[in-house]
Amino acid sequence: MSQPLHVSLTRRYRFAASHRLHNPQLDQAENLRLYGKCANPYGHGHNYTLQVTVTGPVNPETGMIANLGELDPFVEQNVLEAFDYKYLNEDVREFESTIPTTENVCREIYRRLRPFPSAKIEKVRIEETSNNSFEYSDEG
Amino acid sequence: MIRITRKIEFAAAHFYHNPNFSAEENRRVFGKCNNPHGHGHNYVLEVTVAGEPDPATGMLLDLKELKGILNREVAERMDHRHLNYEVPELAGQIPTCENIAAVIWRLLESKITKGKLDRVRLYESPDLFVDCTAETNGRRAGERV
Ligand SMILES: [Zn+2]
Repeated sequence: MSQPLHVSLTRRYRFAASHRLHNPQLDQAENLRLYGKCANPYGHGHNYTLQVTVTGPVNPETGMIANLGELDPFVEQNVLEAFDYKYLNEDVREFESTIPTTENVCREIYRRLRPFPSAKIEKVRIEETSNNSFEYSDEG
Repeated sequence: MIRITRKIEFAAAHFYHNPNFSAEENRRVFGKCNNPHGHGHNYVLEVTVAGEPDPATGMLLDLKELKGILNREVAERMDHRHLNYEVPELAGQIPTCENIAAVIWRLLESKITKGKLDRVRLYESPDLFVDCTAETNGRRAGERV
């Protein structure tokens, strides 16, 4: 009767950052057509919420998939310190060569969190505003 | 397939302590959750049932029935209780969100007879939740709990 369970834990974080969507290969008129007001030259910002989902066996000694005492500082050091109150285009090295769309921000955050030693990072989800959200996982 | 989700809330106390650990280790691993006097949360539980609607009624299940099951199995056991002392199903386990959600899954899975239990999502706070789903082929294993 009892089937094996898949258990995951999701933790929500927040960061505030600005970005500008602009492809340097294209002229400004093309950029405006493609990205609309997101291409405005000085950038704009969002209160992003970030959901990090981890999965793996529940440790019987602690009852936990991952200890928040480890996950929180890992996310803080690898993502929030680099992204919170920053201009993503210039303050985060990876976005010198990629456009900081929320799709790319999701992938970059996933890449940074992937080495988390205590559990598998299953999914990264970002709400850019309360009206749109983006998810990334490497399950193809 | 149709998925129906019903939400209930319950308020409960707990603390984390492993008798196999020294006092120092308990404080290090569990931090402020180790306070032996306990603390509490307003848990929010979302239970999802999946299946095909009955052509005669147009319903997958009667939400009144589901509400009754959640009240009997979960709220009556856990609401305004101390999870370390008053819930026999959690005896010997640390009452983390992971373990509580898995216990709720086990309590519900045989009681849901119309459709199948699809997901148990338990929020300890708006910033922390656990999902339990059935392990399926092709999904990478979270271990059996
Ligand atoms: Zn707690």
